[in-house]
Amino acid sequence: MEDLLPVVEKKLRDKFPQDILTAEMMRDFPVITVKKDKIIDVVKYLYDDPELQFRFLTDLCGIHFPDNTGQELGVIYHLHNLPKNKRLRLRIFFSVNDAVVPTLTTVFSSANWLERETYDFYGISFKGHPNLKRIMNVDDMVGFPLRKEFPLEDPNREDKDDKMFGR
Amino acid sequence: MENTKTGAIKQTPPVVPEKLEEKQYSILNLGPTHPATHGVFQNILKMDGEIIVDSEPTVGYIHRAFEKLAERRPYYQITPITDRLNYCSSPINNIGWHTTVEKLLQVEIPKRVQYLRIIIMELSRIADHLVCNSVIGVDAGALTGFVYVFEEREHIYEIFEEICGSRLTTNIGRIGGFERDFSDAAWTKIKRFVTEFPKVLKEFEKLLVRNRIFMDRTIGAGAISAERALNYGFTGPNLRATGVDYDVRVFSPYSGYEDFDFKIPVGTNGDTYDRFMVREEEIWESFSIIKQAIEKIEKLPGGVYHADVPEFYLPPKEEVYNNMEALIYHFKIVMGETDIPKGEIYHSVEGGNGELGFYLVSDGGRTPYRLHFRRPCFIYYQAFPEMIRGNLLSDAIVSMSSLNVIAGELDA
Repeated sequence: MEDLLPVVEKKLRDKFPQDILTAEMMRDFPVITVKKDKIIDVVKYLYDDPELQFRFLTDLCGIHFPDNTGQELGVIYHLHNLPKNKRLRLRIFFSVNDAVVPTLTTVFSSANWLERETYDFYGISFKGHPNLKRIMNVDDMVGFPLRKEFPLEDPNREDKDDKMFGR
Repeated sequence: MENTKTGAIKQTPPVVPEKLEEKQYSILNLGPTHPATHGVFQNILKMDGEIIVDSEPTVGYIHRAFEKLAERRPYYQITPITDRLNYCSSPINNIGWHTTVEKLLQVEIPKRVQYLRIIIMELSRIADHLVCNSVIGVDAGALTGFVYVFEEREHIYEIFEEICGSRLTTNIGRIGGFERDFSDAAWTKIKRFVTEFPKVLKEFEKLLVRNRIFMDRTIGAGAISAERALNYGFTGPNLRATGVDYDVRVFSPYSGYEDFDFKIPVGTNGDTYDRFMVREEEIWESFSIIKQAIEKIEKLPGGVYHADVPEFYLPPKEEVYNNMEALIYHFKIVMGETDIPKGEIYHSVEGGNGELGFYLVSDGGRTPYRLHFRRPCFIYYQAFPEMIRGNLLSDAIVSMSSLNVIAGELDA
């Protein structure tokens, strides 16, 4: 399994012919974009397949592209095959109005807090999550702070104008 | 690992009765500020006498929105943010961030700079592990070793101070290398540390490694199997204590670790004692890496302390005043006008607690579009309720300190 991407891409396209959107190399990382509803099936397949064995969830996080209409929000999964030392990134993108993703806690216990954090920051609901509530911020907070429209400064202040700085 | 628990008495965890509903439990609020938790953690424990039936950790007490802040800061201003993740080993975080940016920029770093960085990273790993291991001793009632090794930690911090001017939150180095070469005083201090440290660590080990009370307190406390640990996303010493030899320095080498010869110590049971022993062995390995790095640096031509990346590395001040190009670069760097390539990368380093990852999305602007820190503490601390279920309250305390959960890294 020297070159990971063609192997994974072929296997996934055979198994899920309709659901693999893109497969590309980003620098040293194979990246596969899949349809939102199939993400758990894909992860489970990658977990169980005797050759691929992606059995370690390195990371899970959200991302927000407000200009991609219909695909504003995303969730990024980093998987790792420890015995062969191969890494893989899976991505899903979906509309901000339909921010419900199946939970990965059924496969990886480590996804629990990571999904809570993603919910807290981006307002992405994970369907089937055992305890989906905010983890970093206070429970009665309004808004989702890592979305791009959420201001870094306190929006009620008028004495500070940071239009000149940052994006 | 050689010297683990021959002749040690295996503790069996107390039996939790099956019909829990009929019993009355007491709720114990451990934290958020409690002297035994070493940081701001809250655990609401459900207790049956002295046995923990269930617990619910609450995190986020010192959440500082680093990921949001990072989206508004130029790359070089993110280094001080990384200081405040795992503040027991800030230099590893700093250099992890620098290597991430260098990977995005595709900068080639000279060997000497890589080895200088390795000295710094391994020194801070030693400092991190010393804090953790000595604090396990404190929580088990042995204060002497703690006070003893903190003197060595002080020597490590003096080395950092000599190199970058600060001690705890170091902001060490720059994108491309270091802001100045190691001074003679710094080399003297490093060499003094190399000669004096083994004696101190051996004495520290004599205090605890075969100490009957310490072994009885730690063996079997907060154990986790390798399978569960992997499922929970454990990395670093806590994963290696369960017997899985995953180390980022070996699996995806960065900063020239492939040139070094070192072992990955592993445990068997994944309990507090194994975590202690794995960290102890790792200190010896780090120590050997430092010695190798010093030897390698002595063979290389001196004076190189940063890569040749004028677009990202601040020029010396006298050149800024006398040289047009340097002035332009200085202005562009400080005002954040330098073009950053677009890209999406993941880079990880072996932090004090495990795989410290940086997922960086750049859209070409002066700041990252998205920066996510994979904080090892945050991921493995969620296994804590499962690890202490059925243990005694005092076991929960030593388990927690042996996990080395750092509030800054946990809450980002």
